[in-house]
Amino acid sequence: MDLPVIAPEAPKAGGCSAGSCGSTASQVDGMSDEIRARVQDHPCYSEDAHHYFARMHVAVAPACNIQCHYCNRKYDCANESRPGVVSEVLTPAQAVKKTLVVAATIPQMTVLGIAGPGDPLANPERTFETFRQLAEKAPDIKLCVSTNGLALPAHVEELAKHNIDHVTITINCVDPDVGAKIYPWIFWKNKRIHGREGAAILIEQQQKGLEMLVARGILVKVNSVLIPGVNDQHLKEVSKIVKAKGAFLHNVMPLIAEAEHGTFYGVMGQRSPKPAELKELQDACAGDMNMMRHCRQCRADAVGLLGEDRGDEFTLDKIEAMEIDYAAAMQVRAELRAQVTAELEAKRQKAHAPATQVIQFMPRAEAAKPAGRPVLMAVAAKGGLVAVHFGHAREFLVYEASAAGAKFVGHRKAEQYCAGDETCGDGESVLDKTIRALEGCEVVLCSKIGFEPWGNLETAGIQPNGEHAMEPIEEAVMAVWNEMLAAGKLDAKPAAAKCA
Amino acid sequence: MALEIIESCVNCWACAPLCPNQAIIPPAPREKRAGPPQAFLGPLGGERSDAAFSGGSHFLIDADKCTECVGDHADAQCVAICPIEGAILDELGVEMNPPGSLTGIPPERWAAAQAEIAAR
Ligand code: SF4
Ligand code: SF4
Repeated sequence: MDLPVIAPEAPKAGGCSAGSCGSTASQVDGMSDEIRARVQDHPCYSEDAHHYFARMHVAVAPACNIQCHYCNRKYDCANESRPGVVSEVLTPAQAVKKTLVVAATIPQMTVLGIAGPGDPLANPERTFETFRQLAEKAPDIKLCVSTNGLALPAHVEELAKHNIDHVTITINCVDPDVGAKIYPWIFWKNKRIHGREGAAILIEQQQKGLEMLVARGILVKVNSVLIPGVNDQHLKEVSKIVKAKGAFLHNVMPLIAEAEHGTFYGVMGQRSPKPAELKELQDACAGDMNMMRHCRQCRADAVGLLGEDRGDEFTLDKIEAMEIDYAAAMQVRAELRAQVTAELEAKRQKAHAPATQVIQFMPRAEAAKPAGRPVLMAVAAKGGLVAVHFGHAREFLVYEASAAGAKFVGHRKAEQYCAGDETCGDGESVLDKTIRALEGCEVVLCSKIGFEPWGNLETAGIQPNGEHAMEPIEEAVMAVWNEMLAAGKLDAKPAAAKCA
Repeated sequence: MALEIIESCVNCWACAPLCPNQAIIPPAPREKRAGPPQAFLGPLGGERSDAAFSGGSHFLIDADKCTECVGDHADAQCVAICPIEGAILDELGVEMNPPGSLTGIPPERWAAAQAEIAAR
C-alpha cells in the first residue's frame, strides 16, 4: 500500500469555508484516493466529517491482558472522561440493541467502535459476537476496533472475516527499555510477565499485528500517548517505523495524569504534556506521516458527534424499552448520507479551486520574506462557525494563522465557568483554568464574551474577539490575522503571551 | 485447596475464561441483582439462569472446584491476570498480589497521595 508523505507545508484546506474546520485537507487529501475514499466520512479521521457524521463505542470488552501506567482498572467514576473508562459493560446482545437504537435515533451515526474498557481482543468472543451480529443486522455501519496489540496476530484472520476496515493499535514505543517504563506487566501464554521482558513481547506482537493487517488490506491507525520524559523523543522514531510498515494515520495524544485517577503516573507525579509540547511533537512527526489533530480522546462508551456525548439518552433501561424498525431507519440513514456526501464533495471541489490554491501552495519556509509570523488562535466553534459564547465553550479549536492560511492544529478542553443564569460560584478559578488551557494562543474568537473574562484574558495577553460571530472559522481567523498584520503586530514576538 | 476472590474485585471478567476448572462464577448483571429468580442474558448473549451467577456483586471462586491450577498450569491463572492488588486471597487469607506488586506504586507513596487528596 502506498502511504502518502506530506510535508508540513503541503496544501492546507484554505478554501473549505462553508462550515468546516479545514484540517481535512491535511489529513485526508494527502492520502491515496483509495484510502481517502475509505476514511473521508469517518468522524474520527476527518475533521470535516465529524461535523456531519457520528461514531459510537460500545463497552463489551471488560478484560485486559496488559497493564499500562496511565490506566487504573479500579476507577469507574461517572465524571470520568478518559479513554478506556466506561460505566456500564454490555453483553453483545445489549450492545447490538444499543447500536441499532442509536443508529435509528441519530442517523448520522456511521461508525461503531469497540475499544474497551479492557482490550477488545482479550475478550474475543464478546467482541466478535457483537461484530458478527451487527454485520448482519446493520450492514450500513462501519466497524472498527482499538487494541493494545498483544493479541492482535492471533486475531487478524477473524478481523478480516468480520469486515473490519479500521483497526487502531496503541503503540507507545518500539524499544523495550522505554516500554518497561510504560507497561509494568503483560499476561502472555498463561503467565504474568513483568518489566522489560513483557514490554519486548508486547512490542513484537504489535509490530507483527501491524504488518499482518496491512498485508490484509485492513486500514491501521496508530495511537500513541505522549508521556513527557518517557517517550516524547522516542515517538518520532515510532512515527517513522509505523509509517514505513503501512499505518495510514498516527494520532499522538497527551497523557492525562492526575493523582485522583489512581494511576501509576498520576500518583507518582508524572506530568502531562503542555499543549505546546504536544503540538511540537505533532509538527515533528507530520513530516513523516499524516497526523491526526482533532482527536477528543472520548470515553470508551461515548455516543455522538465528537466532543458531544449523548450517552445519557441511551442507558440500558431506556434501550430495552425501545422498539425500532431498522429497515426504515436504514432508508433514512442512506438518504442523509447521500446528501452529506454531496455537500462534502462540493466543499472539497471548492477547496481545490485555483483561486484558493494560490494561498494554499505558498510554501511557508521558502517564502523569501514571510509576511508576518504565525499566530495561534482559539475558537469557540460549533458546526464550523464561530458560534459559541466564551463562557459556554466546552472546548476550543486551535488554529495557526499565517500567510499560508489557517491551519487546524488541535483543540483545548475548557472548563465551563458560566452555567447560564446560575451564580458563578467559584467561577473565578474555573476561568483561570480556561485561560491556562489557552496558553500560547494570542486571540480567542467567540460569538460573545462577558466583561470580566474579557479583562482577565487581556491581562493574560490573549485578545478576545467577538466580532466574527457566526462566520466560518477559517475566514474569521484569517480576517483577524490580516488585521493584526495590517496593524504591524506581527513583526515581532508577542509581548505578553508566551508563544507556543 | 482453593483461592478466594473478595469484594475489591472490579468484575473485569479477565480471570473467569482462564480457569481450567470453570470454578470462577460471575455476578449477576447490576440491574438483575434484586427481584425474583429469572432467566436472562449472560455475558455472551445466551440465556443463563440465576444459578449460573455468584449471587453477590462480584466474581467468586467455587472452593469445591478450584485446584489452584495444580496440574494444569505453573501459575494460578486468576492470580496471574487479575489487575487488582489484594482481590485474590489464598486459604490463609494472604493476598496473592500484594500492594505495589502490580501497579509498581510503593504503598507509602499511595498512602501519601490519598492523604493529600483527602486534605484538599
Ligand atoms: S486458581 Fe486456577 S483453578 Fe482456582 S479459581 Fe483460579 S484459575 Fe480457577
Ligand atoms: S481478574 Fe480480578 S478483578 Fe477481574 S474479575 Fe477476576 S478477580 Fe475480579
